[in-house]
Amino acid sequence: MADNMHKQGPQTTGHVWDDTLQEYNNPLPSWWVWGFYGTLLFAIAYWLVYPSWPIGKSFLTGVFGNIEYVNAAGETESWHWNTRAKLLKETQEAAAQQKPFYDKLAATPFDQIGKDPDLSSFVTSAGKPLFADNCAACHQSGGSGKVGSYPSLADDDWLYGGSHEKIQETVTKGRRGYMPPFGEALAPAQVTALASYVLALSGEKADPAKAAEGKELFHSHAAACFYCHGDEAKGRQDIGSANLTDKVWLWADVPGAGDDAGRLAAVEKVIAGGLAKGVMPAWEGRLSPEQIKLLTVYVHELGGGK
Amino acid sequence: MKFTHEILETNAGILLIATMVAISVGGLVEIAPLFLIDDTVEKVDGVRPYTPLESRGRDIYIREGCYTCHSQMIRPFRDEQLRYGHYSLAAESKYDHPFQWGSKRTGPDLARVGGKYSNEWHVQHLIQPKSVVPESVMPNYPWLMSPLDYSDVAARLRALRTTGVPYSNSTAEYEANVKEFGTEVAETLRIDRAQANLVAQAQAGNYDGDRTSVTEMDALVAYLQVLGTMVDFSKVKPEDLVKYR
Repeated sequence: MADNMHKQGPQTTGHVWDDTLQEYNNPLPSWWVWGFYGTLLFAIAYWLVYPSWPIGKSFLTGVFGNIEYVNAAGETESWHWNTRAKLLKETQEAAAQQKPFYDKLAATPFDQIGKDPDLSSFVTSAGKPLFADNCAACHQSGGSGKVGSYPSLADDDWLYGGSHEKIQETVTKGRRGYMPPFGEALAPAQVTALASYVLALSGEKADPAKAAEGKELFHSHAAACFYCHGDEAKGRQDIGSANLTDKVWLWADVPGAGDDAGRLAAVEKVIAGGLAKGVMPAWEGRLSPEQIKLLTVYVHELGGGK
Repeated sequence: MKFTHEILETNAGILLIATMVAISVGGLVEIAPLFLIDDTVEKVDGVRPYTPLESRGRDIYIREGCYTCHSQMIRPFRDEQLRYGHYSLAAESKYDHPFQWGSKRTGPDLARVGGKYSNEWHVQHLIQPKSVVPESVMPNYPWLMSPLDYSDVAARLRALRTTGVPYSNSTAEYEANVKEFGTEVAETLRIDRAQANLVAQAQAGNYDGDRTSVTEMDALVAYLQVLGTMVDFSKVKPEDLVKYR
């Protein structure tokens, strides 16, 4: 029987185990075999073309020759083709193309930038992706902000100032908000009184008697709110304390509360618990001074710049 | 005797050895040169092993499978550099076991996420990503606010030490770390102080906004905030890095 199978030619390897157990031998299709040899050739060619093949402590540097770039000292130098050299060259070429715009931006005073149509359109087009990559995660797209955490950049209420210079300072150095908790220093009724006063300041509905009591506390040395928020409760931009007299809410989620009790509770929570947040990262180092100036103008133009 | 295919197939021992030889060719060709070539790992200042808290954060990063959607490797391309920052260096993951480079990005690369956002943002984002990034498809990780189990942190550092990460187990090793990283960092690498250092960093950093307990959130945010921040690239000449390749 084995002999019969053998007569079928190339279909078996000719090995026979246990009298009848045979191994089929179906050759690979020739297109596949040649394709495989092709990949071997491709690999060898690839090794030679790109920097790869190791020789002792060094390696072959490929056939693309050298890439020229400018070093930190401003001299042109070159190195064998590699992705880092290529990136450095491309980055420098792109920077050279953008240089006229950035130079002009750096040289133009803030109040003149809007009057130059070329420069304005550069700020808008280059600012959009910069803002989306770096700012929108917190300040949301369009700078609409998020009550409770991140101030809106599109309104005209600014914790640290909305002038170009102040915005630039904020972006460069970052900010760190802080308000001490008053939950232990004051009685719950006092916190409620203060919260009522703060709500009344913004024209929200509040118990007039409690608000009057809160007003007294606000200006007393016991609670000492006026130290930071000022005599008129309008906030101080040099220390980033909030203006309590406008209708813009950042830390207390008054707009999101459903009823009067909720609004009161939202303000009480901030007074009692304080704020150890409001951290804006510093962007110097991560962004260049030119990019920061560009973002400053972009943010200023979002709607609320002063 | 002629060496035939039949000999290979009918002798399990020879087949085993031949298979191992064939497989190791690939490994040798890819790995051996990296140990021989002088310029594989760049010489840059600042890279240090993770503190105990950061290290536990890294464990949580791996436990939660963050690497399945986030890479930690910025490739040397212009678009990546513009979005994520300076391309990653081999030196920056020399204390990572295993490294978290990855090639699949559903979310953004995290190699330089450190310092980009506030701690508060990270906490909000990890608990519910959509609360700060409405279009995000990242799942919620609310359980990260639960207490961190750090009872075994010393053992974990010891395990990393066996892979070559210089956590110090003796005065001599501590002295070597002082020389290499300075006193401040060397203190954080002491295995005998691992638990105390972990708690101290969590309380001082207050990563999760709650000083009363050490949570998994503290550890993970501490880890995220250090990613990509160890090397000061303003002090590195770009052409020096070019010459390592």
